[in-house]
Amino acid sequence: MAHKTQEQPEIYGVMAEFATPTDLVRAARRAREAGYRHVDAFSPYPIEELNEAIGIRRTRLPVLILFGGLLGTLTGYLLQYYTSAIDYPINVGGRPFNSWPAFVPITFELTVLFAAFSAVFGMLGRNGLPRPYHPVFNVPRFELASRDRFFLLIEATDPKFDREETAGFLAGLNAQEVSEVEP
Amino acid sequence: MSTITPERQQTLTTTDYPVIAPGHNFITVTEKIANIVLARRTPFGWLVGTAIAFTMVMMLLYTIGYLVLTGVGIWGNNIPVAWAFDIINFVWWIGIGHAGTLISAILLLFRQDWRTSINRAAEAMTLFAVACAGLFPLLHVGRPWLAYWLFPYPNTMGMWPQFRSPLMWDVFAVSTYGTVSLLFWYTGLIPDLATMRDQARHPLVKKLYGVLAMGWRGSARHWHRYETVYLILAGLSTPLVLSVHTIVSFDFAVSLIPGWHTTIFPPYFVAGAIYSGFAMVLTLLIPIRKFYGLEDLITLRHMHQMAKVMLATGLIVAYGYLMEAFIGWYASGYEWFMMRNRALGPYAWAYWMLILCNIVIPQLLWSKRVRENMLLLFLVSIVVNTGMWLERFVIIVTSLYRDFLPSSWGMYSPRLWDFTMFFGTIGFFLFLMFIFIRLLPMISIFEVRTLLPQAKVHTEPEGAAAHD
Repeated sequence: MAHKTQEQPEIYGVMAEFATPTDLVRAARRAREAGYRHVDAFSPYPIEELNEAIGIRRTRLPVLILFGGLLGTLTGYLLQYYTSAIDYPINVGGRPFNSWPAFVPITFELTVLFAAFSAVFGMLGRNGLPRPYHPVFNVPRFELASRDRFFLLIEATDPKFDREETAGFLAGLNAQEVSEVEP
Repeated sequence: MSTITPERQQTLTTTDYPVIAPGHNFITVTEKIANIVLARRTPFGWLVGTAIAFTMVMMLLYTIGYLVLTGVGIWGNNIPVAWAFDIINFVWWIGIGHAGTLISAILLLFRQDWRTSINRAAEAMTLFAVACAGLFPLLHVGRPWLAYWLFPYPNTMGMWPQFRSPLMWDVFAVSTYGTVSLLFWYTGLIPDLATMRDQARHPLVKKLYGVLAMGWRGSARHWHRYETVYLILAGLSTPLVLSVHTIVSFDFAVSLIPGWHTTIFPPYFVAGAIYSGFAMVLTLLIPIRKFYGLEDLITLRHMHQMAKVMLATGLIVAYGYLMEAFIGWYASGYEWFMMRNRALGPYAWAYWMLILCNIVIPQLLWSKRVRENMLLLFLVSIVVNTGMWLERFVIIVTSLYRDFLPSSWGMYSPRLWDFTMFFGTIGFFLFLMFIFIRLLPMISIFEVRTLLPQAKVHTEPEGAAAHD
């Protein structure tokens, strides 16, 4: 509290390191109970329990993928319909120009193709990737987040955030180390 | 509370061999897999293998160069067998490519733990197999520099591709399959590329993996979307993988040639594709696992399961052969002529070799001792690969060489350039595999972490958090 008045550089947030996933999930729950909202957790593999612990809402990506797939369906069918029935009709033994059963395979393939593209690019886009720079990488030990360590971040934008108090709060959660994250 | 941790381990260990040997933790798993790429000096065996494969790639390039300059006449295919090694090898490679997606997508949907340490390598194998497969139709069109005519684009000729042709379906199926497999593979790689970035010590290497990892930082929000998308991709790839070989089989089934015009082709081709794909995964993984000492991560359990999948799909394929013969007899006429000709005619050796390789020898896999003997399992997988190649040879050549008019009958024999092309693609495939093993983590590190007992979050009793 004493240093609070000194002109310190702005920080991005405060980060705590944990040794086990259980500690991380417990700390995340505690942070949420304490009223922190701008919280993020980092782990070397997906942890299901974190979704509820830091209050992640269900992603709307499946809807995007559905629309991507439907766009593919339309593209696939209309492409074949336009080329075979309108722009370049060839009469093969009197068969209909719009021979839909023959158009099913390509329609299906384009559905999957468009859906897969919307899935991958949707995921990357919503996650804000590629992202060449992010403040969390300023914490030297953060490179262990992709190996065996678990991190909890409380961002400075959180209304309840206070540099000292938040750091103290995190330190009390069985954290191995608490560090400030430079912006 | 602590009883929950070993429980998960127990379910994995007591029933069968474990999917991951006991005694591993996050650090050992990460380092074991990442260090194959990062810390180790290039092993001598790798250099030798790559050099051999590279020589074969040169042979392939020479063949392609000669082919493009001269024309497809350098191959042995001619009327009546106008489709020969090109389509045999195309179907063979595409079939091999099916195991990757099957392992990564279908087994994910079925929540099979054992897919985790083999899916990355199998997906890479899929991509490389599709690349090899694509070469054949591309070069068989005769003027590969005009192959883009296959794609629908507005052109000055005022023409569009014929979408009612199975060959067009093939173009779309294979290109979609290649693209989606690449997306799926790359998506699976992103978290591991981040691990590689963080594990690498050399600044240039760090930067390189950093660019590829696109700034992945393992945020819980990112993981949430990632998991959702990965599961949906698996759901999309599952029908896709089944559709691809179905469409490949339409190339034959939609025609009117006896021996091709059968409704059993789609399921029987798909089963055969999975059969050969698993055989190829075993052919590759048995030596890799031995060479890199990965027995802890690719355990006997994986070997067992893959052998069992091979056995099951092999029996489906056997049923397909039986039905083909039965329908030939039942239909009589041209069909029965073709069937007798296939089994007793001048190419009977190929047919019976096929039965031996695909049906008789794989029955060894019923024995647990064979499934646990890596040398035998390796040999069986090679036999199945050969058998599946012979299957395509039999289907294509013996259906074409004696058609409706005896005056147009003719024998087929491959020439030297057929073989240099075929073995060249095998070299290309192996070369890409060698490069992959050297540059990327061949086992999905983050997914292996989730199998460890430490990965489990201990569930707290309600309210425990409040009063401690």
